[in-house]
This record gives sequence, C-alpha cells and structure tokens, in this order.
Amino acid sequence: MDHQFLLSLIVGISVGGAAGYLGSLMLSRRMALVAGPLGHLTLPGIALALMYGFDVSFGAFPFVIFGIILIWLFEMRTKLPMEALTAVVFASGVAITFLFLPIEQAEAALVGDISRVGFVEAIISVVLAFLLFLVVRKIYPKIVLMNISEELAQSEKLNIKKYNLIYLGSIAIIVALGVKMVGGLLTAALVAIPASAARNLSRNLAQYAIGAMIIGGISSSLGILTFKITGFPAGPLIILASTLIFSISIIFRK
Amino acid sequence: MENEFILKVRNLNVRLDHQSIIENLSFEVKKGDALTILGPNGAGKSVLLKTLLGLIPYKGEIEWAKAIKIGYVPQRLPFIKDIPLNIRDFFNLKGSPEEETQATLNSVGFRDDFSRKKIGDLSSGQFQRVLIAWGLVGNPQVLLFDEPTTGVDISAEETIYNLLAKLKEERDLTILLVTHDLSVVYKFSTDVICLNRQPICYGPPQEVLTPESLQRLYGGEVKYYQHKH
Repeated sequence: MDHQFLLSLIVGISVGGAAGYLGSLMLSRRMALVAGPLGHLTLPGIALALMYGFDVSFGAFPFVIFGIILIWLFEMRTKLPMEALTAVVFASGVAITFLFLPIEQAEAALVGDISRVGFVEAIISVVLAFLLFLVVRKIYPKIVLMNISEELAQSEKLNIKKYNLIYLGSIAIIVALGVKMVGGLLTAALVAIPASAARNLSRNLAQYAIGAMIIGGISSSLGILTFKITGFPAGPLIILASTLIFSISIIFRK
Repeated sequence: MENEFILKVRNLNVRLDHQSIIENLSFEVKKGDALTILGPNGAGKSVLLKTLLGLIPYKGEIEWAKAIKIGYVPQRLPFIKDIPLNIRDFFNLKGSPEEETQATLNSVGFRDDFSRKKIGDLSSGQFQRVLIAWGLVGNPQVLLFDEPTTGVDISAEETIYNLLAKLKEERDLTILLVTHDLSVVYKFSTDVICLNRQPICYGPPQEVLTPESLQRLYGGEVKYYQHKH
C-alpha cells in the first residue's frame, strides 16, 4: 500500500474518531455547531500556514483559541445568543481570509487536504488525537452531568469552570486537527454528524460515545478510500461518508 | 438526638442582576423536620434552595450541621432527553455503585430490570421517582426538593408525596420542599415558610397559614379549606 495513503488513513481514523467522541459531548450540549464558526475562524491561520509553508493545524490553533475567547467575551458583554455571536465571529474569519489568501490556495483552506500530510505531522496528529481521547474519557461523565444541569453538577461539588476550560481546550484542539482533514468550512460536520448518527442508534451512553467514535473513524476511512479511487478532495468525501451513515442510522433509529 | 439542628439561616439576603430576590429571611430546621417553602411564582423559592446549596452568592448566615450530607432534586432537567441515557448511566454520573443504584431504585418502587430503561422513554411520574432515587444516592440526611410534582398528573402527584412521606419515615430524613401547592403543605410539612421575596409567615402550617397571611402571600383573596377527616 502507498505510504502516503497509509499516513492519511491513520491520521484520518485517529482524528475522525476523536472528533466523533468529543462530538457526542458537544451534541448533547447543543454546541456541535460552535465547531463550525470556530473552524471558519481558523481560516486566516490556515491561510498563513499555506502561504508560509507550515502545518495548518499550528496555524489554526491560535485562531481557535482567539475565537473561543472572543465568543466568551462577547457573550459576557452583550448577553446575545451564542448563535448570533458565533455568526459574527465566523463571518469575520472568512472575510479576513479572503482579503489576503491567494485564490488558488483557497481549496485546501476551505475543504482541507489530508492527502499530503507529512510523517512528523501525522505522528503529532495521532498522538494529539489519542491524548484528546484520554482527556475526554476522563471528563466525559462530568460534562454529561453539566450538560444535563449545571446546578445539579454544582450540587455534586463539580468544579464547573475547570471542566469547562478542559472541554473548550479539547474543542480547540479537535478543530485545529479537523481543519487539516476537512478544512475550515466543514469542521462542524466532523463533530456533529457521527454523534448524530450514533444517537439514532444507541440506547445508552456507552453505545452513544463509542458509536460516535467508531462512526467518525469509519467515515474518515471511507472518505479517504473514495478519494484514492475517485481523486475528488478527501474532506468533502469524509463528510459525505458520515452523512451516508447518518442516513442509514435514521432507518434503524432506536 | 431529637431537636438536633440541621440548618440555621439568619438574615439571608440574595440579590441577582441588581434585583433583590430574598430579603431578611431567618429560619431553623431540626432533624426530622419537613419544611415547606410556599409562595407564588417568582417569589424566590427555587433561589432559596440553590442558595442553601451554595450555588448562589448571598449575604447573611447559612449554617449547616457539620458533615451533613445533602441530596438535591431539581425542578426540571429539560436537556436530559437530548442524551441517550439509561437510568443506570444516570446513576453512574453520580458514581453510584451498581448495588446502591438497584437498592435505591427498589426503594422508590422500581423492579431490578428497570435500570436499563432509557430516560427518554419514562413517563413524567416515573422520571420524577427516578430523580428522587438519584437524590437518595449516598444516603443523605437532608433532601432538598424543588417542586417535585411539576408536570406530573394528579394521580402520580399523590404517589410522589406518599413516597416522600414513606422515605422520610424509613430513612429518618429531613426534607426541605419547595411548592406552590397548599394541600401539600398541610399533608406533609411540620413547618412552612411563606415567601414572597420577604418572609410572610413561618411556623407550623396549622398556626401560621391564616387567610390574612395567604392574602399577603398571593396578593389577592385566597380560599382554601383544610379538610379534616
């Protein structure tokens, strides 16, 4: 098997699986779409990475952190709904990007390009995805309780601020890793669709969380395999593969 | 250990968003008491429970007995049905061991196999009983209930209050209960606080729930006849 293809596949399965797993938490907090605006906001970072030839995830990461701080600050100051604030933030991200990103490089920024991932990048992505999985597994029951009711979680003496910070940090990492695979435009789908499909198929929390992770991994492999066969960009194919699984899950909904 | 104090509250004042929610409230709860917090919507009842739990900043004094274990049953959990959670999962979130989950569910009248049921498939009455069981995990000495029968039909409501009375007896519980239902106060409580931001009355319901105090509490003419069978 072609070495480059294998690298893409390994990164795809790791990041897709971790995104699905974290997505199952985000979906239950109605935050899955937040990954979208954050993904869009990474576009200037991706543009810089493409123009100066460094890893897009490194370019994206500071912009996600900036986006999270911005949304948090806006929410504190304005009390506007989260959707409105994220819309402001993501539109600004896209606008800034197209001021200076050469149009021929726009495709990689918008829909990702995992087919050229290097060996070191691949190792870093896989290690980060694995660490992220461990962190999310640790905080999972706490965040689920917070998702159900912050008051209930507080009454159980959970440190809400601490867990929120870890949770948001995890979202920032997954968005930074995800943009490499599916670009700034499609990151929300990477976390939302596998979790939505898993929710249709599960009757308990373990089935839901593990199911979202497996569906995330399978979608990525299917997308990357289809890219190998058809030559279409892998990012959109990954998302379409997860959409196909989601459509099938509706038939078997529990 | 009768007359042992569980909670002392003195001159409690709570302000939220620059608005006064509770003013100058003082009361005491003794072991085995069932204290009802009665008042109209927006009177500060739920805020009082959350303040007692330490979830809201306040001025004044709240003193719980040392090493007291408190269980809390909230009014609603609107987002719980967004998550594919079965009852066992829900108890696992609290770190409840398998045997305790089973025993607690049995104590509120559910069979062993019930814990595999999805939360989203429960009726509102069943869900409320599950919440009560959840509050009982860890064997608390005090239970705080925020309107335990919200959204529950009348027959299920009766079951829930009978269940609370039974659990109180069996487990030697002290209960603080928020309600706007007067019949519950007479049937269930040893003391009542009438709250409409300011305390209107406080004491045994038969003594302090007079037509005048109820009128002050609800701001209009309130007719209620306590049936004595």
